[in-house]
Amino acid sequence: MSEISKVLGTQPFFFGMTDEQMEVVSACAGPADFDAGSPIFHAGNEADACYLLLEGDVALELVAPGRGPHVIQTLHAGDILGWSWMFSPYIWSFDAQALTDVIAVRFDAAKLRAAKDDDCDLGYALLSRFTEVIIERMQAARLQLMDIYGAPR
Amino acid sequence: MEPSWFPVREVRQELADTVTLELEPPGGAFSFLPGQFTMLYAFGVGEIPLSITGDPHDSGSLIQTIRGVGAVSEALTALRPGDRVGVRGPFGKPWPVDAARGGDVVIVAGGIGLAPLRPVVYDILTRRDEFGRVFVLYGARAPDELLFSDQLRGWRSRFDLEVMLTVDGAEHGWHGSVGVVPKLIKRADFDPETTTAFVCGPEVMIRFSATGLVKEGVVPTSIHVSMERNMQCGFGICGHCQFGPTFVCRDGPVYPWNEVRDLMLIKEI
Amino acid sequence: MDLSPILTDRRGVDWLIAHLEAEGYEVVGPTIADGAVVYGRVRSTEDLPIGWTDVQGPGEYRLVQRDDDALFGYVVGPTSPKQFLHPPQVKVWTGRAHGDGVETIPLDPAPRRAFLGVRPCDLAAIDIQDRVFLGGSIHDAVYEDRRRSSIIIAIDCTEPGETCFCSSLGTGPAASDGFDLAMTELPDGTILVRSGSDIGDAIKTAMGGEPATEAAIDRAHLMMEAAAERMGRSLQTAGLKELLYRAARSPHWDEVAARCLTCSNCTMVCPTCFCAVVDDEASLNGDVATRTRRWDSCFSLDFSYIHGGSVRTSGAARYRQWMTHKLASWQDQFGVIGCVGCGRCITWCPVGIDITAEATAIRDRAVSGLEDPSLKEAFE
Repeated sequence: MSEISKVLGTQPFFFGMTDEQMEVVSACAGPADFDAGSPIFHAGNEADACYLLLEGDVALELVAPGRGPHVIQTLHAGDILGWSWMFSPYIWSFDAQALTDVIAVRFDAAKLRAAKDDDCDLGYALLSRFTEVIIERMQAARLQLMDIYGAPR
Repeated sequence: MEPSWFPVREVRQELADTVTLELEPPGGAFSFLPGQFTMLYAFGVGEIPLSITGDPHDSGSLIQTIRGVGAVSEALTALRPGDRVGVRGPFGKPWPVDAARGGDVVIVAGGIGLAPLRPVVYDILTRRDEFGRVFVLYGARAPDELLFSDQLRGWRSRFDLEVMLTVDGAEHGWHGSVGVVPKLIKRADFDPETTTAFVCGPEVMIRFSATGLVKEGVVPTSIHVSMERNMQCGFGICGHCQFGPTFVCRDGPVYPWNEVRDLMLIKEI
Repeated sequence: MDLSPILTDRRGVDWLIAHLEAEGYEVVGPTIADGAVVYGRVRSTEDLPIGWTDVQGPGEYRLVQRDDDALFGYVVGPTSPKQFLHPPQVKVWTGRAHGDGVETIPLDPAPRRAFLGVRPCDLAAIDIQDRVFLGGSIHDAVYEDRRRSSIIIAIDCTEPGETCFCSSLGTGPAASDGFDLAMTELPDGTILVRSGSDIGDAIKTAMGGEPATEAAIDRAHLMMEAAAERMGRSLQTAGLKELLYRAARSPHWDEVAARCLTCSNCTMVCPTCFCAVVDDEASLNGDVATRTRRWDSCFSLDFSYIHGGSVRTSGAARYRQWMTHKLASWQDQFGVIGCVGCGRCITWCPVGIDITAEATAIRDRAVSGLEDPSLKEAFE
């Protein structure tokens, strides 16, 4: 087993995947470290990767003219960063910036797409895990949208 | 029930619309348990229920935090030192802090819900060794709406408290978390088997937080939530605060989660 | 206490009224006003609804003349002693603010009242309100003051009405306790009087009537038994609490809501409803503040108001709250069902909603398995 697959094996996101599947996924992966304050990706650029954060905090931001960059969510150790790689046109919707020093695993989007298209079981395993993440983020986003702490109108 | 008149000793502006009043007990002492509330009466204007937010081991003051959202609360937030406030109470069932001894404690607060939980932190800190790891998980709408921010900073610097904060949204430059409180619950590494949790905030947040705690393995009978309804008399004779078969002023405001979980899901109960 | 009843008549009742007034009590009893039998000041038997009865039905009430001179020949009117013990509007606090602080201005003491002609259902209602206002660790001073200074003279019910169901709840038609004196009016104009307390006993002794004959006592018993069989309605109480708790999501509430006007007549005429709100006022220069308590109703839209909105806005939720509280939650809160079977809510509902019919409908739905199959077993 490669170093990367050993590391990925400790991550809850991948629990339950077979050793073979882990090897295929690891083959798409490599280390990615970011200094505090540095950008990870920019909105509008090609979504050519997906990240699994091992250490550190990342801010997802959106810039609206006249408003300045607004942080819509922060991600932390154990979180998956980025899903725009999954569907065409493969373009990032938001900016991602490292708030602290970040140690992450970077998955090459093209390789990962090819792997999941080749092997249905692997595709299913990956997409179920991503769906769970998306559902959690969606529920959180809905709660944030409700503005539950706002003053009663 | 007649109010007692407490002079205002100090007024502290917490947030744009929120103020903390430090009141002087006329008899010299006012005792309460964490989680209890008083009915504060602004002379000639009206009365509202307010959680007591001070240190239960310091009976020399009555501390209440008020958000100005209506006629009475605005009258209270406009008070100045020397003015008098009518006080009835304390009322209500308190947080069962003693029951949490010997295990981890997770305090989950949202928005102004930190106010009724602050006495729990004060209480725990006076006898810190009776508890395991203690977490304060707190969420608010934005960084400038975090209540008691100076105090939070003080707590964060302690080695015997783990404070995790999150906001619904922030401007670039905020280095804390942005997201919802249930996410903090996932990230905090308390021991679910020994944990007692105390949750207070908007009802929606309570629901998702308590559910999140259960998902992490905390037993529903060890999760306590503070409910809110239209409390007026404070002791169960006016009928307004009924929540199912209970009176929030008397059977609550603190309830074990297993007792309110199903009730909360009935619409317009 | 001497439990043996005496026999008297109309003159005895006049003596009683005069005696109570001489003792400093304001005598309140049934009178005719506004087309109904309502509680008012009674100075002699002339003020009683002599020879009148009231015919009631869902959403209907009218006075009808009897063919005799019975003093208490009616069923029950829209008012009850609640009007006096837990007044529709009452000052609860007044104070004056000055430089050094706030000074409480003492309230006028409550008048001492003797309630003449309290139906057994209303006796049960008084006991229920005692639990509400005096049962906790903090007593309500307004109610306590009025309650402690009251004398209660019950009148057994020999004429149950179309909307009555006290038998179902064990609250009538005969008065069993909670009174100082109790009367039973017989068809020949004689009145049996029995005492239920030391105070009542003293009055009965002073009254000096003849000891009641066996015949009179037997007649009274027979009339009570017959009355118990002639109730206009009934309420099945077995399992009622569980039934209503489980019915929280029933579509039945929407059906009632289609009829209910949320007008709160029912809560006003109900002798056990106790919800009240306090209004605040200040004098023009702000020196004097007054707090006045008045009846509120769970049917009012802002009853459950918190944070910019009410919890219960739909009519369905508000009707559900009232009925579930009255018949179910009350049992967990106060140890008894909150309803005494007086039928007032049925009579005075402008659209004639019948709480007994609604309870039956909910029970039938459950039993016929329309909702939860496990309910069918429990409630069959």
